Order: sequence, then C-alpha cells, then structure tokens
Amino acid sequence: MTWDQFFVTGDPLILASQIAIALTMVGLVVLVTYLKRWKWLWKEWFTTVDHKKIGIMYILAGVVMFFRGGVDGLMMKAQTSRPELEFLDAQHYDEVFTTHGVIMILFMAMPMLIGIMNVVIPLQIGARDVAFPKLNALSFWVFFVGAMLFNISFVIGGSPDAGWTAYFPLAGKEFTPGVGNNYYAIALQIAGIGTLATGVNFIVTILKMRAPGMTLMKMPMFTWTALVTNVIIVAAFPILTVALAFMTLDRLFGTHFFTVAAGGDPMLWLNLFWLWGHPEVYIVVLPAFGMFSEVISTFSRKNLYGYKSMVASIVGIAFLSMLVWVHHFYTMGNSGAVNSVFSITTMAIAIPTGVKIFNWLFTMRKGRIKFTNAMLWSLAFIPCFTIGGVTGVMLAMAAADYQYHNTMFLVAHFHYVLIPGVVFAVFAGLYYWWPKMFGFKLNEKIGYWHFWLFVIGFNVTFMPMFFVGLDGMSRRMFTYSASTGWGPLLGLSAIGALILAAGFAALCYNIYWSFRYASRDVGNDPWDARTLEWATASPPPHYNFAKVPEVSQLDEFWENKKAGITGLKKNEIEEIHMPSNSWTPLFMAVAFGIVGFFLVFEWFIPAAISAVLIVIGLILNSFDYDHGYHVSVEEVEETERKWRGDLK
Amino acid sequence: MSSQSTTPLEYQGQQNQMTILGFWIFLGAEIVLFSTLFASYFVLEHNTAGGPTGEELFMLKEVLIETFLLLTSSFTCGLAIHEMRNGNKRDTIVWLIVTLLLGLGFVYMEISEFIHYVHEGATIQTSGFLSGFFTLLGTHGLHVSLGIGWVTLLIIQMMKRGITPVTARKVFVASLYWHFLDVVWIFIFTFVYLKGMM
Amino acid sequence: MSKGHKGFPWNHVIGFFLSIALTIFAVLMVQYTDFSKSTVMFIIGTLAILQAAIQLFMFMHITEGKSGVINIINITYSVFLAVVIVVGSIWILTTGHAAH
Repeated sequence: MTWDQFFVTGDPLILASQIAIALTMVGLVVLVTYLKRWKWLWKEWFTTVDHKKIGIMYILAGVVMFFRGGVDGLMMKAQTSRPELEFLDAQHYDEVFTTHGVIMILFMAMPMLIGIMNVVIPLQIGARDVAFPKLNALSFWVFFVGAMLFNISFVIGGSPDAGWTAYFPLAGKEFTPGVGNNYYAIALQIAGIGTLATGVNFIVTILKMRAPGMTLMKMPMFTWTALVTNVIIVAAFPILTVALAFMTLDRLFGTHFFTVAAGGDPMLWLNLFWLWGHPEVYIVVLPAFGMFSEVISTFSRKNLYGYKSMVASIVGIAFLSMLVWVHHFYTMGNSGAVNSVFSITTMAIAIPTGVKIFNWLFTMRKGRIKFTNAMLWSLAFIPCFTIGGVTGVMLAMAAADYQYHNTMFLVAHFHYVLIPGVVFAVFAGLYYWWPKMFGFKLNEKIGYWHFWLFVIGFNVTFMPMFFVGLDGMSRRMFTYSASTGWGPLLGLSAIGALILAAGFAALCYNIYWSFRYASRDVGNDPWDARTLEWATASPPPHYNFAKVPEVSQLDEFWENKKAGITGLKKNEIEEIHMPSNSWTPLFMAVAFGIVGFFLVFEWFIPAAISAVLIVIGLILNSFDYDHGYHVSVEEVEETERKWRGDLK
Repeated sequence: MSSQSTTPLEYQGQQNQMTILGFWIFLGAEIVLFSTLFASYFVLEHNTAGGPTGEELFMLKEVLIETFLLLTSSFTCGLAIHEMRNGNKRDTIVWLIVTLLLGLGFVYMEISEFIHYVHEGATIQTSGFLSGFFTLLGTHGLHVSLGIGWVTLLIIQMMKRGITPVTARKVFVASLYWHFLDVVWIFIFTFVYLKGMM
Repeated sequence: MSKGHKGFPWNHVIGFFLSIALTIFAVLMVQYTDFSKSTVMFIIGTLAILQAAIQLFMFMHITEGKSGVINIINITYSVFLAVVIVVGSIWILTTGHAAH
C-alpha cells in the first residue's frame, strides 16, 4: 500500500477537511497546554467513573457527531438541489449518504440518548451511581473510539460507500474492494461492545438500585422507557455483533456467508441486519417517549395520564419490536405467507404507539400548560411524528410497499419518525435537564429561534421528499435530469436544509451565550418538576444525594413539595461510599481502537501484537481490588450547606 | 429458610448481587448471540458448493470424547462451587484445576479435529456450510479458551486471598459462564453433529 | 436456597450422570434406530433441552438468590428470542425465492 492509498487525496473538499482536522487537533493540544488543563482533563474527565460526567461526554460527542452528520446531509441536499449538478461525483455521494446514515443513527442518536440516560436515570431513581461505574466508563470510551475510527475513514483510506445498511453483495470484497467497508464492520463492532455493556449496566441499575419504596410501578416514565430500551439493547445488539463478524470474516478472510458464489447467501445479511435494525429503531425512540412524558407532565402541571397503559404499551412495543423486521425487505422475494405475517405484526405495533399519543394529549387536557422550550419541542413532536407514523402504516402493507420501497417516500417517512421522535426529544431533554447538568438554563429567547428555525426547516426539507418519492424518485440517486420535473421540489428541500442548519447554529449559539451570560442562580428545581433528580443540587454533588430518598408514591418529590416536606436534617448525614476513578477503561478502549485500525487495513501481525494490550487490560482489571473511597460526613455537610443554606 | 442456612458468600453485599444478576443478563445476550450463529448455520447448512458435507466429515468418536470432556468439566466446576460454599479453599482450587485440564483437553481435541478437516480439504473458505460451521464452533471454542484464561486468573487470586465475598463471587460468575458453554455445546452436539451425521 | 451445602453433592452427581446418559441415548437414537429423520430430530432435540434444563437448575442454580425471578424471566425471554431468530430466519430464507 502506498501513501496516496493511505491518505485520501485528489479531492479539494477532503483536502480542506484534512487540513482543518490537523489544525483543530494541534489547536486543541496547544490550548489545553496553554491553559494548563491536562491534569484537570485527566482527573476530572478521562478517568472519571461519575455517571453525570460520562453522560455529559456522551452528549458532547453526540453534538459533534450531529455536526458531522449534518454536514453530510447538507452536501447531499446541495448536490440534488438542481438537476445534473456536479458538486459531488457518484462515488463521493455514495460515501456521504453512507456516513450520514451511520453517524446519525449510531454516533448521534445513540450517544445523545444514552448520555441523557446516564445523567438522569441514577438521579431519577435516587441512586448514587450506576451498578458498574467502571464498566460505564468503558462503555463510553469504547463507543467514542469506535466513532472516531469510523470518522477518520474519509481522510485515511476512504469512507464506506455501500449505504448505512451495507447490503451484500455490494458491500462484499468483490464489489467494494477498498478499506471503506472494513471501517464499517470494525468501527461498529467496537462501538457495539460499549452499547451492549450499557444495556447490561442500566438494567441492573434500574432493577437493583432504586430508592427504598420505589416499586416498579412507582418509577418515573423516563426510567421505565430506559429499562425497556436497555432490554431491547441486550436482545438486539448481539445479532449485530454476529452480522458484523460475518461481514468482517467475508471481507478479511474470504469466508462465504454473504457471497453469491460458494454457497453464501446475501439475503442472510439483510435478515440479520434488520433483526437488529428494527429493534434499533425502538432503542432510539423509546427513551425519547420517556423524555416527552416527563416534559409534558411537568409543564402541564399534571401527572401523566394513564401511567399503567403507558407502561403496558412500552412493554408491548418491546415485545413486538422483535417481530417486525421483514418489513424492511418485503421486496426481497419472500413467500406470500412471510410478507403477510410481517405486515400484520407491523401494523399491530402502531397500536401501542397510538395509545401513547393519546396519553400525552390527555395529560395536557385541562392542564395549565407552560410554553417553555422543552414543552414546545414536545408539542411539535406530536403532529410531526404522527405524519411519520401514518406513512409508516402505508409502508407496512407489503403489497403497497412494492411501490414505495427504496423511494424518497421511504426516506421522508423515516426522517419524519426519527427527527421528531429522537432529535426533538433530545432537544426537549437538553433544555429540560440542562440546568440540572450545568447549574444554568439555556436561554429561552434564543431557544425560540432554535425551535422555529429547526421545526420549519425540518418540514420544508422532508415534506417535498414524500412527493418526489411518490413521483418515482428512488433514494440514493446522486443526480437526475431536468425532464423528471423534480427540480423545484428538491430545490425547496435544499432551502429547508439550510433553515434546519440555521436552527442547529442557533442551538450552538445558545449554548455559547448561556455558558457566558446565563444566571447561575437556578436553584435545585427551576421548573417546579416532579421527579427525584430535582431534589438535589444543580449540578448535583458527585455523590448525588446526601441521604438516599425514600419513596412511597409516584412523583414523591412533587407530593412532598405540596405537603411541605423538604430539607435535610443534620443528623441524617452519614459517610458515603463512592467508586474510585480508573484509567483502565480509557486504556482498553484505545487498545481496541489500535487493533481495529490495523484490522481495517488488514495488517494482521500488528493487529495481533496490539491485541496483547487488550489482554493486559483484562488482566489488570481482574486483579484490581480497589473498593472505592468514603466521603466524610464533614465534607457532605459542607457541600450540602452551600446550596441548602443551613441544615435543620 | 431457617436461620442457620446462611446466604452463600458470593451473594453477600449489594455489589455482589448486582454483579451476579448482571452476568445472568449478559448470558441472556450470549443466548441471542449463539442463536444467531445457529440460525445462520441452519440457513447455510445445505450450501456445500460441491465441497464436503457434514455427513462425510464428522467423526463421531472424537466428537463424543469432546462432549464427555466438556460435560465432566461442567460437573467438576459444580463441585468446585460446592467446596467453595463449604469454605474449603484447597479442594475448591483442586476442582478448578481439574476443570481447566478437562477444558484444555476439549480445546486440544477440537483444534486437532479442525486440523483434520482442513487436511480433508474442508476449510472455512470452502463453502457457505463450512463458513457457518467453523464460525459457530470457533466462537464456542474461543469462549472456552477465554474461560480457561479467566479461571486461571481467578485461581491465582483465590490462592492469594482465600475465599472472600469478592473472590467467591468471581469464581461463581466464572462457573456460570462455564456451565453455559456446556449448554451451548449440547446444542452444537445435537443440532450440528448428530443432525449432520443422519 | 443453600440446601445441600454440606455433605455429599448429590445434586451435582445426579445431574452429571443424567447428562451423560442423555448424551449416550441421543447417540443411540441416531445410530441404531430406523425412525424417520424428523422423529429422531424431535427426540434428540427434546433431550438437548432437558440437558440444558439440568445445567440451568442443578448446576447453575438459576432460581437462587434474590434475583431468582428476574433470572427466570430473563432466560425465558432469551429463549423466546432464540426461537424467533432461528425459526424466523429459516422460514424467511428457505421459503419464497429460495424455494424456486
């Protein structure tokens, strides 16, 4: 392999990115050195096992990946804005839509949601951390290394270009010989390990670490959705692990799982990919439902309508989510019986989802609604998501799907599901929990700009795509002729994308503005909210709760506020046990990254040698008997005084 | 339960209970992982692409020996936990070492079985059937090999520290893993070998 | 939950002999009977499930500890998933296009 195969060359856009990346990296190193922050970074962030800090790092990574995936999206919109533009060539366009899909689903939506879960769940159930704090740090770092490995593909070696679904035989060695799809197989595998570990960690946390008295049916709705989401993660991610392992074996070692020759079966890939891929949709959308439930209930000043039916519908969705995967490939040539059964299961899953919509509407009914930013996102979600849901039922009918399959109609449909269902929720969650995370609110006025630009931009971008889709435009077309008549609608869609981008810019400006100027005096409960995370300081002390709360009902904190039971007695404070920081998660993740990088380039000897690092990490971990440390009563007292004033 | 039937050491403390539960949930994920491997093997089973079939390849005697080695190791592993719960450090370690030796015997037999197949012209690259076969068996074999390394580390820790709530929990979790691999093997034996030989 | 701690580990010995016996029985079924292939598969499949149950209940003590119920739900759900994955994949990939 020569250097110009190693570094991607010859494209001015990519050259500019390479220079920008190099400058940013040098700039960051210089900045941190100049500010003398290396030790701080290492102690407070790189080795931390605190769920709140890990959550914040997830969210930060998610925002950066949103930017990256968004730029990919803008490039696609620019290319198709006019007929026969030559902004991107076919190859470059293929790479861009592939990385856009992978990054938005796996490296934007997932970390955003897992990040918010990390920050909120232990606080919401009255716990001091997750069940396995060190494993949690490993989850984050492994995810982060996987994401970075995937992201460097466009400057080193070349990006994957077979679509985010990477269908065989196209994604096989025969038709995609470069290293691009090796990046896909290996980076996703590494990040997937982290996600699986998160799944196990949060199930145990929620089942075993709830505050005394908080039975399952007294859990906040976001905790419920998080529990079910993590169950789906544990159920679905091993399938992806196997599918990606087969892909790696096929591409690197010449096996015949998905090849056309020698008895492989390309359709096996579709089957396995969607066996994971469909539950994945619910993995990203269920926690979002939980966030909307919290926000809508808080700002309607009412408890959630139909709590039990909500729980039942979440569990129902989790169950059905494993039984609908064929609707992604009705046109593959399945037998009539297969398509019929999966049509029925797919339509059935709309029922529990519909139940939720009505629960939210009835929660708002006769409520004293406060139109905060978080609430606005929740309100916009309902109609937009319903459009996504209704078009989903259209696609669910196998016979009709033969017309819609792989058209822009489908692309519009899933953007109408995922953007309101995930991105709006993440924004609602960020505005809602921001003061809890950082001790200051995001500015509501700039927030309105963010909201209106984003929501209008979203609809202008994706609504036209339904129509060009029905008019026959298939997805992933890099250009089209003027005679198709799609030009005006796609041009409108491109303008929408610019408005969308302006909305994102408004969010970034809001974060900057609020960080500089927002009032730091928000108290522990700025929204007059209902759940336990608001019972402690903002931002919470590293031990979360000086005294573990006791719960006897749903929304205990809200009921206590109404009854006037607040505050902390001095004699209630005891010594608190906390886990120690650890550098092994970061070490392990970097080792995975190095091995992965060598495997991408099929340099097997260096890969085998660096795999020793992983083994060393495992051994170190096995011999680690660190039991954590204790926070003294005096320290707790002092910290609590700072935000409570005097103790009783 | 009467008062004298004390909780085994490995269940003492919140962290231990959570670790054991977490491992059970991980085993749930492992069930999904292996069933995906099985499903793919079943789909590709008849796609021999002109290469050798299972009926031509599989050797009952060797496979039976492997099965008995693994079944016995699962038994001795159970005995190790029994002794550990009786507080008997020396016997626990002895049974763990016997388990490891049986496991090593299994891995040795499996590797020589694979080498034999390769000499017969049946490699992982020959056909869809053999890709599925070697990957399913290889994943199981890799799990056993990892288990051997893991239990070795735990034996060292138990020798150094004796039976404490932490070492007991670690050994107990490893024993769950070991029994689970035996379960997987039973299905491989039945649905790959016996089915293939019919 | 801790019965059989002390003394002879009967539980394990019985489990061990059962698993050996079931294995041999399965081999005999395959080697020395003339039942149809599907009958034999049904019988030895049942034997395999029995053996798995022996491991789970007699060796792994799935029901012990405070999380026994959770463990049962967890494993039942995993087995459900396993059936969906195996049966679903075979059904989808060996009917329709593959049948022609």
